[in-house]
Amino acid sequence: MEFRTRAIHVGNRRDAETGAVVRPIHLAATYVQPGAGDWGRFDYARSGNPTRKDLETTLASLDSGTDALAFSSGMAAIHCVTMLLSSGQSVLAGTDIYGGTYRLLHKIVDRAGIGVTLAPAHDLDALEAAITPQTRLLWIESPGNPLLSITDIAACAEIAHRHGLLLGVDATFATPVLTRPLELGADIVMHSATKYLGGHSDVLGGALVVADRALYDRLYFIQNATGAVMGPLESFLCSRGIKTLELRVREQSRSARQLAQFLLADDRVARVMYPGLPDHPGHEIAARQMDGGFGAMLSFEIAGDFAAAKKVVESTRLFQLAVSLGAVESLIEQPASMSHASYDPQDRRAHGVADGLIRLSVGLEAVEDLRADLLQAMDSAF
Amino acid sequence: MPPSDPASHNTTQDTSGLSTRAVHAGEDRLKLGHSITDPIFCASTYTFANSQAVLEYVEGDLPREEYGRYGNPTEKVVERKLAALDGGEEAILFSAGMTALSGLLLAKLQSGDEIVLFDECYHRTRQFCKDYLGKFGVVTHQIPACDYERMEAAISPATKLLISESPTNPHLSVVDIERFVALGRKHGVETLIDATLATPYNQRPLAAGVDYVLHSCTKYLAGHNDLLAGVVIGSSEKLEAVRKLRGVAGLINGPHNAYLLLRGLKTFELRMRRHNENGLALAEFLEAHPRVEKVYYPGLPSHKDHDVAKRDLAGFGGLVTFLVKDASEEETAAVVDAVRLPRIGPSLGGVESLIEQPLLMSYHDFTPAERQAAGIRDNMIRVSCGIENTEDLIADFQQALDR
Repeated sequence: MEFRTRAIHVGNRRDAETGAVVRPIHLAATYVQPGAGDWGRFDYARSGNPTRKDLETTLASLDSGTDALAFSSGMAAIHCVTMLLSSGQSVLAGTDIYGGTYRLLHKIVDRAGIGVTLAPAHDLDALEAAITPQTRLLWIESPGNPLLSITDIAACAEIAHRHGLLLGVDATFATPVLTRPLELGADIVMHSATKYLGGHSDVLGGALVVADRALYDRLYFIQNATGAVMGPLESFLCSRGIKTLELRVREQSRSARQLAQFLLADDRVARVMYPGLPDHPGHEIAARQMDGGFGAMLSFEIAGDFAAAKKVVESTRLFQLAVSLGAVESLIEQPASMSHASYDPQDRRAHGVADGLIRLSVGLEAVEDLRADLLQAMDSAF
Repeated sequence: MPPSDPASHNTTQDTSGLSTRAVHAGEDRLKLGHSITDPIFCASTYTFANSQAVLEYVEGDLPREEYGRYGNPTEKVVERKLAALDGGEEAILFSAGMTALSGLLLAKLQSGDEIVLFDECYHRTRQFCKDYLGKFGVVTHQIPACDYERMEAAISPATKLLISESPTNPHLSVVDIERFVALGRKHGVETLIDATLATPYNQRPLAAGVDYVLHSCTKYLAGHNDLLAGVVIGSSEKLEAVRKLRGVAGLINGPHNAYLLLRGLKTFELRMRRHNENGLALAEFLEAHPRVEKVYYPGLPSHKDHDVAKRDLAGFGGLVTFLVKDASEEETAAVVDAVRLPRIGPSLGGVESLIEQPLLMSYHDFTPAERQAAGIRDNMIRVSCGIENTEDLIADFQQALDR
């Protein structure tokens, strides 16, 4: 079955008892057992819940994996992966990773005696040189945030496996519609389900998908022992969102590409960062590892200062001023004053986050309306 | 542009794209708690700061909530969005499509009134009009679908409403809305179109002058086969009595459903494009298949109303009806049972494809003569195309018909 058909039908079997075309939402915290010491399929909702299990079945299929786990948030999913490591071992992560992941690695994971090293993931030699005998996990994102950097997942998998490391990929921006890292050799794919998977700005969640039952068993043990599971109502809403995932992501990606080209032609724009543009440094890799679209996130730098960028993001009428991304509503933000405000200005600029940088999460609105909105916002700032 | 001022929910003036309206229309730009999405208000009742506030409310008719049966903030958001999508001034949400219909008719008609409807209306609609409205002295005239001369001949000074679905179910007849409206105007009779199958993507009958548009939101508008809802859309003035009746009789939906409907509407434009694509592709495939006797689909040149459909509809919908050539009741059922992707069940318009044999499903209790009169053949199959990949749907029907 094709992707969109699987998104609708896998994990959504006809309910055997009632015939319901949409399976019931199981809210039960506990399950009655057939006998003492005789365990049924589900026992306690932390260990497993039918509604969550359905979602996990869908997720595994969409990412070409064997098994999946749904978490209460994207960060809980990443945290679970880091708990595969023991004191004395270390994580190597790309420099262009989500700030929340950076914080988790440097403020939580390192306290458990797990080392953390960062290296530029697009520079494969530098990445490989940063591997030490203690390294056990390589963690990358593609596309990266907010500069939309592209990492060669297959090349990273080759490096990781040559050194006996696990490769984990945060594929939140790409979604399984566009990139399926397990097919490229990754061991673990992670999604913030809050974004495109849920897709409607109304669910917080995370997901891990693997193609190896033994690895799944280790991750499942950690999830069950620590308990950051996705709730049944969230699981239902996430499953419901996934039914339109392919349509949304393809449509939003088409709009993003058109907006990228539109912005590129505006002389008040200094730089557009979108992997679908031929001059993007990762374009060639993106064209190879992204399936028929380059995603719906794009960043651009205006030829203006901090105040001008601030004025643009505060002047849109359709794009809403908010962090997060991936939903039907288009969002706009200024990383220097919002998502990356906690950085020291020098560090921020060194990281490539200029004061005039603006990040867009392109939603499902008609692209003509989005273009008109950006234009009037730019006009109000210049 | 979506309304930026909470007080200005002008649904008829919105000129932005349909998908933009599906995402934003009817919603405040800045919502309670600065949430990006509307909250689900579960409260059954709404409280007042003090007795003076109660007095001001009852004497001043201030726009605020009082008790859940009269209105709910989550429901109001979805009502505004539905009105915007259909280009109407006001929308009233009901617990089901049939509740919307019965609520509208009970509010607008009284004993001695007459209504005229095209006979391809949903059989429960016909049943409600004939059996229940009949008990209260309302007379129903059923006219063969799209026979405008006979419809006109049935109009009397007592006629209050002309009713039709468009397209109809399961024959997919397409009503010429202009002629229908012209008939009503000529005789001073209001008109109602149940546009459930067309949806505001394919047709907006209010723009053509229809007085009331009705939808079973359960179908394409909600789109996920996971809630029941109905809506009536029209001018505030004409709908005032309907809203009043809903509050008195309590024909309301609920806040959780209202939220799921609101959420479903966000992808409405996207889903409808795929439903239309799948419907047309399947209809064309079936028409070319040697085991198929006839396909009812307004997008096909062979359909009796194709010219009207081509002129008035932006797309032809996801519903496809066909006859299996030289097939008995059992042989037709075997085709239904051989299909793997669409599930066997009533209803339509959701992301999951559904299939049914009208003879066994909706028309099982009818006598053969009644079925013949309704145009329901033993070898008839109705398919509601979901949004699955077109190739998967076609391949599935190919294997089912080739057995």
